[in-house]
Amino acid sequence: MTVQQKLEILADAAKYDASCASSGAKRSGNGKGIGHSDGNGICHSYTPDGRCISLLKLLLTNFCTYDCVFCVNRVSSDIRRARFTPEEIVTLTLDFYKRNYIEGLFLSSGIIQSPDYTMEQLVQVAKTLRLVHHFGGYIHIKAIPGCAPRLLEEAGTYADRLSANIELPTQADLVQLAPEKKATVIEGTMAHIHDRKNELDEDRTRFNSTPKFAPAGQSTQMVIGATPSTDRDIIQRASGLYQNFKLRRVYYTGFSPYPEADTRLPLKASPMVREHRLYQADWLMRHYGFAADEIAPEDQPELDLSIDPKLAWARRHPEFFPVDLNTAPRETMLRVPGLGYANVDRILRIRRYHKLVLADLRKLHVRLKDAAEYVITVDHLPGQADALFSPTTALSPAAVEIAAGGLERVSMKSFAHPVQAAQLPLFAEAAKSAVTGVL
Amino acid sequence: MSSSTVNGVTRVMVAPDFDAWRQLARVAFQQRLEPDAIDFADETIPVADDLFGAVSTKTALLNELSGNAALVPYVSKAFLERAQLAALHRDPSRWNLLYRLLWRLQSNRELMRVEVDADVSAMLRLVQQIKRDEHKMHAFVRFRKLTDEAGEQFIAWYEPAHRILPLAAPFFAERFAIMRWSILTPDGSVFWDPAVGTLQFGPPLDRSHAPSEDELETLWKSYYSSIFNPARLNPDVMRSHMPVKYWSNLPEVELLPSLLQKAEGRVELMVSKQSDKPTAAPFVPAEHSLPVLNQAMPGCRGCELYEHATQVVPGRGPGTAQIVLVGEQPGDQEDRRGEPFIGPAGGVLRKALGEAGLPPETVYMTNAVKHFKFVLRGKVRLHQNPRVSEIMACRPWLLAELDALKPKLVVCLGASASKSLLGGTFALMRDRGKLMPSSFADQIMATIHPSAVLRGKDDATRETLYRHLRDDLQLARQYMQSA
Repeated sequence: MTVQQKLEILADAAKYDASCASSGAKRSGNGKGIGHSDGNGICHSYTPDGRCISLLKLLLTNFCTYDCVFCVNRVSSDIRRARFTPEEIVTLTLDFYKRNYIEGLFLSSGIIQSPDYTMEQLVQVAKTLRLVHHFGGYIHIKAIPGCAPRLLEEAGTYADRLSANIELPTQADLVQLAPEKKATVIEGTMAHIHDRKNELDEDRTRFNSTPKFAPAGQSTQMVIGATPSTDRDIIQRASGLYQNFKLRRVYYTGFSPYPEADTRLPLKASPMVREHRLYQADWLMRHYGFAADEIAPEDQPELDLSIDPKLAWARRHPEFFPVDLNTAPRETMLRVPGLGYANVDRILRIRRYHKLVLADLRKLHVRLKDAAEYVITVDHLPGQADALFSPTTALSPAAVEIAAGGLERVSMKSFAHPVQAAQLPLFAEAAKSAVTGVL
Repeated sequence: MSSSTVNGVTRVMVAPDFDAWRQLARVAFQQRLEPDAIDFADETIPVADDLFGAVSTKTALLNELSGNAALVPYVSKAFLERAQLAALHRDPSRWNLLYRLLWRLQSNRELMRVEVDADVSAMLRLVQQIKRDEHKMHAFVRFRKLTDEAGEQFIAWYEPAHRILPLAAPFFAERFAIMRWSILTPDGSVFWDPAVGTLQFGPPLDRSHAPSEDELETLWKSYYSSIFNPARLNPDVMRSHMPVKYWSNLPEVELLPSLLQKAEGRVELMVSKQSDKPTAAPFVPAEHSLPVLNQAMPGCRGCELYEHATQVVPGRGPGTAQIVLVGEQPGDQEDRRGEPFIGPAGGVLRKALGEAGLPPETVYMTNAVKHFKFVLRGKVRLHQNPRVSEIMACRPWLLAELDALKPKLVVCLGASASKSLLGGTFALMRDRGKLMPSSFADQIMATIHPSAVLRGKDDATRETLYRHLRDDLQLARQYMQSA
């Protein structure tokens, strides 16, 4: 079988792994080999499914002794099988990298013979790239659950990122669809990576020469929509993984049909929007200070697919709003729908020198459709019919200036503890008089 | 450099270079020219003079330094850094924007922090576009290899949206430090030779100076067309990340029309294959106990083998057995009588078991496939090896049996059983007789199928194969004793 044929089979088999990130690890050029990484990932191309190509994503082999129902490579699947030699992968990686097609390698594999044997093969590839070719590009290696700790330790010294796939949200799902996999074994592997990384990171604070261990941390992936697990199950699971193992990312991949799939699985793909909403929920947990319970509470275990989870939370919590963008602390503003964390930080910088008006938000590309009813700016109060405060009314810059200046004291006082309904008319009056200049 | 004044507006031509503007801006500032009174025009863009009427080019008005040379404009670091980036933009109005900001900065030193200010946000937009263009260049440059007498070198032709070559080039110097490479663009070119160790910038060179192909592109295109999931087409997102303006230099993009066209067909094919897949899974009862399983087995229609076989042949042996032997499939006699290992191969197996010290009646014997597969030759039913799909279709039965028995040791007899439980890559003759941890039992091992002994081409071979079988079974007994 030619390298070209193997590449077709083993890239095709690798496409179900969602992760393609190449960020999080800095590596300067070493002068002896090709490759460096400035810590920001680069997407070198995009495929018609809208995903990026950052890494050469391959399986070492798609032979597998496991029989995970949701996986195209499971032993019972009648697909074409192939196996790369470690040297073939090394050459392919270097050749692609030299032409600037890729940021590095993401290597995974079916389980052949035993977890240890498989992991040894993967480590061999990374080791050859680093030690023989002094390759400085990004390497992501799949940690085979249940392999020997020494192999994980070796893998972590060569790879930027390790990932052990959790596969399915619950142990019950695993029993049903991935009989050879156990959540405890997968978590054991994650825990070992986590402990080892902690150990070495701590050593490095004392000895500068301590080698880095998986500098881009570890991630995992779970298939969603192959089992009836709820969004709450999934989010709780992810939250636990972030807390226990300090994972950098949890990737969600909507189940999609593939050749020779098992008849127990749905024939149609899980809706992509569900995956999208789960990613939004995930970001809310990692960057916006939301707890899993807030996003999918017990009485509403499924996310509303029609709106983003932050807006859904806001609708459940009217008592939290409106938020005054000129005075509210960061963590409060982070909860405003339509307002991203980059814009929150921008607003914090800007408002020290300039009182924000609604038009400013438009300039910052805040999604006003969602945000307008939850925020207060100098010229805007949600739910006020008064034309003066309607977001569509164009105020003259002069009027806005007056409003900004005149309101400063008022808003300081009345918004120390805002959002009591009784205070709002009072505020509106004050604002109006400030604008018209008539007391 | 030249300048002219019409209607009170002084116009100066600025070369596409930050330092050129900086020099002019400083002089204009010293002359206290307000932003409305000066027009910094882009030298590279032909001037439409009609707006100002005929412009008579006067010699460098601004060079006369009639202003106060000691008057140095205040600039913040935030302004300077961003101005240098914005200067790389092709927007001809950037110079005037920068001067306006410079002017306003004198009376409002915190101006740069007001990101919603019209001028500041215009500048930030330019900066953002420059950074994006730089990032895209790092991503979309495609080198092609050329081998000459000096060895291999890599050359790329690239068309950046803005004049970012000097900004983007150091990235490649660090990344490809040990390679000889060049990037050619319509604005200029850059070369790197590891022996020299510094970037060398040169004149613009057109695409004919770069190689027109590279053999690796075939592999790259195969990768590109294999790695995406046709079930999740989303070309709009693809285009937003990889705008069409960059496409002309990306070899993989040539494939797009055909990939998009074929994608739907590929998905349908996947789904139709999925629904045709043979499996016994729907016929296996949820309760995994031997009596329940054996009762349900005759009703299996998981694959086509049931159509021609006489009957299904379930496993046989004590429910308390701690060793399970897994063969391939029932033979002619087994098929007629409904019991496993009662033909000639069964005889060999019983003999070997006895010699190895394992009483045959203490082990559980079953098969990877539960129906006999054969071809008719006259009146003789000739054994046929089961296909992988048939082994896999039948696997749920085997797994259910193992689950019911929970044995300490599973012994796979021959390649078919090994395929079922150890996977397609298992090399029987290399790895037979090795105990391995397993999810089906504490340990699993594989050995030769007794019928392989019978098929040996001569006595010596048969003798060797039989010894292997017996020795492996002896190992199994030793393991059981120690366990």
